[in-house]
Amino acid sequence: MMQWLKDLLVSSPASPPLPLAGEGWGEGGGIAMGAAVAIKDVAPSPQPSPARGRGSDTARAEPGETLAKQLALVIDLNVCVGCHACVTSCKQWNTSGSAGPLADFEPYGANPTGTFFNRVQTYEAGSFPNTDTVHFPKSCLHCEDPPCVPVCPTGASYKRKEDGIVLVDYDKCIGCKYCAWACPYGARELDEERQVMTKCTLCVDRIYDEQLPKEDRKPACVKACPTGARLFGDVKDPDSEVSRAIRERGGYPLMPEWETNPANRYLPRRNMAAPAQGTPE
Amino acid sequence: MHPAFSILFFTTLAGAAQGLVAALALAMLFGLGLSPGFLGSALALAEVLLVAGLAASFMHLGRKTRAWRAVLMWRTSWMSREVIVLPAFIALVALWWLALRLEVAAPWSVLLPVLVLGGAVALWYCTAMIYACLRFIQEWAHPLTIANFMLIGLSSGLVLACALATGAGEVRFVQAFGPWALAFTLVAWAVRAFSLRRNARLRPRSTLQSATGIRTHKLVQKSMGMSAGSFNTREFFHGASQLALRQVKLGFLLLAFALPALLLAWGLASAAALPWLLAVLVQAPGLLAERWFFFAQARHPQNLYYQVVS
Repeated sequence: MMQWLKDLLVSSPASPPLPLAGEGWGEGGGIAMGAAVAIKDVAPSPQPSPARGRGSDTARAEPGETLAKQLALVIDLNVCVGCHACVTSCKQWNTSGSAGPLADFEPYGANPTGTFFNRVQTYEAGSFPNTDTVHFPKSCLHCEDPPCVPVCPTGASYKRKEDGIVLVDYDKCIGCKYCAWACPYGARELDEERQVMTKCTLCVDRIYDEQLPKEDRKPACVKACPTGARLFGDVKDPDSEVSRAIRERGGYPLMPEWETNPANRYLPRRNMAAPAQGTPE
Repeated sequence: MHPAFSILFFTTLAGAAQGLVAALALAMLFGLGLSPGFLGSALALAEVLLVAGLAASFMHLGRKTRAWRAVLMWRTSWMSREVIVLPAFIALVALWWLALRLEVAAPWSVLLPVLVLGGAVALWYCTAMIYACLRFIQEWAHPLTIANFMLIGLSSGLVLACALATGAGEVRFVQAFGPWALAFTLVAWAVRAFSLRRNARLRPRSTLQSATGIRTHKLVQKSMGMSAGSFNTREFFHGASQLALRQVKLGFLLLAFALPALLLAWGLASAAALPWLLAVLVQAPGLLAERWFFFAQARHPQNLYYQVVS
């Protein structure tokens, strides 16, 4: 059957009308909707493939829904040395997948540009001579209340119910860029060659791949980090490595003021003042 | 934000068409007795503007052939709602035009103007909410955004309607709606000036400290993580100087509001056709400049992460 006709017939969800996430003026948009029931016993789909447009096959989280599992990264700013190995390994893995290569314009020219899901930035904190150079990796934070998802007019952007990963179905994206406007973190990059929105997938095509040895079923950036600055796991499991790191070392979210509740957290430098928003859930 | 000309043309063209259609609908409902010829050609012009706006909005899409998919998420997305309301409004206007040609009697001769009026308001609301619902773009996340889209649309539509009416010799329409064109232009000016004042006083809720969680008093970016630009530097920065921004602001206040208001006052006093025509010609670039400024003035919090190339 023609896929587009099928999508048109089935993609309007047959659920009761949703509260309109992402609406309202400023404060308090997302809190009132957190009362949804936690969904348990949802096995991850065996071969998730956002790249091949299978988005409608995986269950989608409703806005405001509380999930039982939330995969995320925890980034340790104490040990990141700014080597960009996570950037290049991310690019290598994601440009080699079934979705096709990520854009690269003038890769050997004076002004190379292209699509990356992960960037390492550098900041200087404090006043000379008491300064700290902080390397700061930044990718999609897989927010628990992602503002980019409800604004998508086609449903190409969605949050997976089974593990909380925020994904884009490249086959449904119309390249309107509205989701990128709706992300305060600049985590989404339009692939200017394919004209669809792209973002970090937490290597969803890798972490469940049973053909890989178990120790390789991690995001490419995590595997590549030479200092172990990137931890990966389920932040809803209180005994996981990531949950313990957040709890014991004050893992904090970025831009807490917008109540997006990012799943990814950052571990502050031990020698610097602990941030005010250091409490995990 | 980087102003996209596709959206500038879409919102200004559709806004003026909505205002024009709303003025015609009100004239019909108040029994102003417009000639069918004038009404038909004015509605046809509105349709041309709307279809041109629709075409411009298509230019914004990376994947134009998939545009139909944008109707699917009307439960959560204001853009999806707009994508539904815009063609519905175009169809309603076409239906009204057809009903006039076929000389359909009541209740349709009353019902259609009412429906068209409702469609115009719904489309303004959907278009404005696309911007007003983004809570962290503080310049947009306010009911003033909706007021501005509606008032500027009404002003431009009424000015256009009066210019067409003077050209067609519809004296009664100009007598009835000319003062309203002036009034709405002045109110739109006042409300836009109010939103400019609000935006000038805004303090960004996000800082480099909240964006990175590094809570030192002094914090500067040394590298954004790339040696040249990216989508993030192209889409979210307007790239114009502060001076250019100030000039555009002055320009749109003059062209979209001040000069048209003066010309409308002249037109009302003299009953000549020239000032109405001039008002349309002067206001058109002013409307584009106003929308350009609306986008350029919006400071996206993601820009905190993209300050220093290297």
